[in-house]
Amino acid sequence: MNRSPAAPWLLVSPAAVLFAGLVIVPLVLTVILSFLTYHYDTGIGDQYTLAHYGEVLSDSYYLGIFWRTLRLAFLTTLLCALIGAPEAYILSRMRKPWRSIFLLVIIGPLLVSVVVRAFGWSMLLGSTGLINGALEILGLGPVKLLYTETAIVIALVHVMLPFMVIPVWTALQKLDPQVEAAAWSLGASRFTALRRVVMPQVSIGLLSGSLIVFGLSASAFAIPGLLGGRRLKMAATLVYDEYMQELNWPMGAAIAIIVLLANLVIMLAYNRAVEARARRALG
Amino acid sequence: MQKNGPVAILFHTLVVAFVLAPLVVICLVAFTPENTLTIPTTQFSLRWFRAILDYPDFVTAFGNSLWLATIAATLSAVIAVPAALAIDRYHFAGRDALNALFLSPLIIPHLVLGVAFLRLFALIGVTGSFGWLVLSHVIVITPYVLRLVIAALSGLDRSAEQAAMTLGASRWTVFRRITLPMILPGVTGGWLLAFINSFDELTMSIFVTSPATVTLPVRMYMYATESIDPMMAAVSALMIALTAIAMLVLDRMFGLDKILVGEK
Repeated sequence: MNRSPAAPWLLVSPAAVLFAGLVIVPLVLTVILSFLTYHYDTGIGDQYTLAHYGEVLSDSYYLGIFWRTLRLAFLTTLLCALIGAPEAYILSRMRKPWRSIFLLVIIGPLLVSVVVRAFGWSMLLGSTGLINGALEILGLGPVKLLYTETAIVIALVHVMLPFMVIPVWTALQKLDPQVEAAAWSLGASRFTALRRVVMPQVSIGLLSGSLIVFGLSASAFAIPGLLGGRRLKMAATLVYDEYMQELNWPMGAAIAIIVLLANLVIMLAYNRAVEARARRALG
Repeated sequence: MQKNGPVAILFHTLVVAFVLAPLVVICLVAFTPENTLTIPTTQFSLRWFRAILDYPDFVTAFGNSLWLATIAATLSAVIAVPAALAIDRYHFAGRDALNALFLSPLIIPHLVLGVAFLRLFALIGVTGSFGWLVLSHVIVITPYVLRLVIAALSGLDRSAEQAAMTLGASRWTVFRRITLPMILPGVTGGWLLAFINSFDELTMSIFVTSPATVTLPVRMYMYATESIDPMMAAVSALMIALTAIAMLVLDRMFGLDKILVGEK
């Protein structure tokens, strides 16, 4: 093969130029924007200030929204793990046609627009929706579900579940079912086999799934936008309102940068923890 | 092979019901003859599907989304295939950094990308331009194409390429006649996945679309925040039907689990 040193550069340059111009440049511009002054009468100024970060990190209104974002993202991740891991295990033990059919059923909704799925939940959870109808028949009366944190978490779990099932399923595929059977024949109880053989394999998938689910939930937009109403904001809907309603772009940019940094820090810390765990496990 | 016990089957049934419930409800309500969001019990009607045709906003937005996704996915494939070739076959300075840059839109929240594009487009005076909207979508969907093409390239048997080289074929001929046909399933799968992701993208697009370039998800989001009537259910049902068709095509051609779960 001809190894001219220019060849890879020529091949990669269109993508490299596009990504430099449309990923690095806009991000740098946004960081700069977040330090610019803003006045409601004159708009974005040309002086630099730390005021937006100061306000976001000290005002209880913003801190409350960040706290809700972290809390709901954590709750979503936990529920996805509790539902997704057993479901992936059950799927992996199914017989031939059913296994791929149900895998499609579980991960297929990933391809359906989030707006559509959020709308479906708003119909189910509304005051005249199916769930309230069922509760009324049971005599539990109408319950306010829509525009509550419960509604946001239910819909987030629905949207994020495939991201948990996929990595756990992939990890389980690498486990030979014979190993579990061997544990039984050597006298291990079903529970012990599950705990000592299956769980270590599942936990690898759980860790990467949790990372994806947490990151996506913490920056979710459509779900809190449609199921949280105007008052229950999360980080992404807050940024949208700062940009589109308040027109305070520097403030919106500061919040967006905080979301990005929090995402990256959590991801790095998590990777460290997973690596340390893997090293300990290997001795 | 061990079988699932009754508890496992019950758990599985509940999960499947949870996953399908909102989609099923949408598809039922879409056929209601009423003016409110009710599940039809005695009569079914297509009136809300007809209503879509009389509401040009959805039709225009659908057209925009279709064009946008087609052009963006194609452009993405055109830049991702050579980039994948370079990354898979060469070791050059900055290779890992570039690979990380190309995959970074998977890690950066779409919200942040949307805000960043809005600032850039405002500064260079191209807000509301369809061309720049396409480029912003190319950034978001290229990682999917790149990953599938690199996976296809790394599993390739190189002997046919070497034989053609030895027989005097030019590098372009080798690529066009041998490499490209061999990685075509990966490229097509990547294109379709990119198309679907572009077609469904909301969080980034809502910052960079204008009334003239508004996409279907953005239009639907706006509509759902303002008023809720069965037309929204009809549009959603059509989206679900289109997605189901796309899923069947993808599954027949490549196996959906391979594309979504990753190379196995």
